[in-house]
Amino acid sequence: MVLSCHDVRKTFGANVVLDGLSLDVGEHEVVALIGASGSGKSTLLRCVNLLAEIDDGTISLDGEDITDPKINPDRVRQKIGLVFQSFNLFPHMTVLDNITLAPVRVHRRPAAEAKEQALEWLTRVGLADKAGSYPDRLSGGQQQRVAIVRALVNSPRLLLLDEVTSALDPELVGEVLTMIRDLKGDGMTMVLATHEMGFARQVADRVAFLDRGRVLEQGPPEQVLGAPTEARTRQFLARIIEAGRL
Amino acid sequence: MTSELYRPSSIQQERIAYRRGKAIRSVLLAALSTAMVGTLLGLLITGAPGWQRVRQSFFDPHIARQFLPAILQGLWLNIRMLVVCALCALALGLLVAVLRTLRGPVFFPVRALATLYTYSFRGLPLIIVIYLFAFGIPGLRLQGTPNVTVLGGAAIVITYGAYLAEVFRAGIESVHPSQIAAARSLGLGYRQAMRFVVLPQAVRRVAPPLLNDTVALQKDVGLISLAGPIDAIRAAQIGVAQTANFTPYVVAAVLFVLLALPLIGITDWVTLRAARRQNAGA
Repeated sequence: MVLSCHDVRKTFGANVVLDGLSLDVGEHEVVALIGASGSGKSTLLRCVNLLAEIDDGTISLDGEDITDPKINPDRVRQKIGLVFQSFNLFPHMTVLDNITLAPVRVHRRPAAEAKEQALEWLTRVGLADKAGSYPDRLSGGQQQRVAIVRALVNSPRLLLLDEVTSALDPELVGEVLTMIRDLKGDGMTMVLATHEMGFARQVADRVAFLDRGRVLEQGPPEQVLGAPTEARTRQFLARIIEAGRL
Repeated sequence: MTSELYRPSSIQQERIAYRRGKAIRSVLLAALSTAMVGTLLGLLITGAPGWQRVRQSFFDPHIARQFLPAILQGLWLNIRMLVVCALCALALGLLVAVLRTLRGPVFFPVRALATLYTYSFRGLPLIIVIYLFAFGIPGLRLQGTPNVTVLGGAAIVITYGAYLAEVFRAGIESVHPSQIAAARSLGLGYRQAMRFVVLPQAVRRVAPPLLNDTVALQKDVGLISLAGPIDAIRAAQIGVAQTANFTPYVVAAVLFVLLALPLIGITDWVTLRAARRQNAGA
């Protein structure tokens, strides 16, 4: 298992967001987290990346307990990429500098080598001509693709994608989804929180439905999205269909 | 993109003509009202019963010429102190602001001291700090006590450092937490996130208020004359004492304004540019 969450609990005051959640993700596997707003999808991703501290349970990466308080969180984060809903590119840096910051400053790679690798990635995603631009000159879809590249140049073991298309105009969603589909082809292990059920169906090996801080139901996309066994999953999907998103 | 074949429609040409006419009328009106206000003010001042006396004791060209070299020489001290004090105060302010953001129990004393410093020195009048430093510290009779100019400069640096620290802190806090989250998610440590992501953005945002405080510092540098060194104000004061005429003060005032103009101009330019950026940014 690349990622193993066991009995994870996370509360904000009286609000229990994750309530004994367990989830395993294998090598090269793509798991889509679906569920209503507030079901704990984003919180789970933030906990896995140690941006939020869990209140009980364990999370392991490659068999190592990363929720052990003695562990160095910076070292763990170097192995986990996280892409945010709102891109969070650094506005004062060019696209190239955004991408090479961590390789140069964290992984101590030579600047020239980091730049070369960044340009290779940018060429691959069709943004080579934007290397010297500042993020505010890019469309949302372009910014999000840069943010994904920024996470990928650290060669993470696991890539977490937190509703990466939710802040995009509808016509820009496709370019980001295409990129994620390519990453799956490369064998990247990914956990993605998403509202795009169609995309979850296409790209995910497994869909996990989160409800009230737990994984209520999980399995192959055809089964969870096509023939859910739980009543609450059916209700959720019915609302999604009503909104025209499936 | 405009096509070469494009010609404004007749209705648009009418609009352009109307706007041009309106602009010309506005300029004429502004010129007229400025002239009227200027004349009125001039009449009011020169027509005042005491005007002749005031002109003699404040605007005597002969005395102005006599003391200009001495005042300029004093101003050179102000300029040197300004540069040194501004740089030191900016460095101190940045350091204190960063110290105040440190988290964790180990840093409690550092945080507490930094907070105490910004609270007390923003409340203390600069004049009192200068007196305490320039006359109090030599009174300790320690070996190697620097001269009063340096002590006065230190008083200015410490007082302004407290203001600048608060400006920097406001800038640091204005950077959205998601920026730190993004930096940390890439594996950057707290210090690296601060250095590469938060501070560059914070400093850019608070550049206008920082420069504004530097303009204030520029004129407050004149207060070191209270400690004894002969700066522009002290030189003017000597002139006033010798001639029983206030003209040297006016000369010093004009020089201070001239000295401030470039920095004020830069401040306005930076502020304008920052505002434009903010409006342009998505």
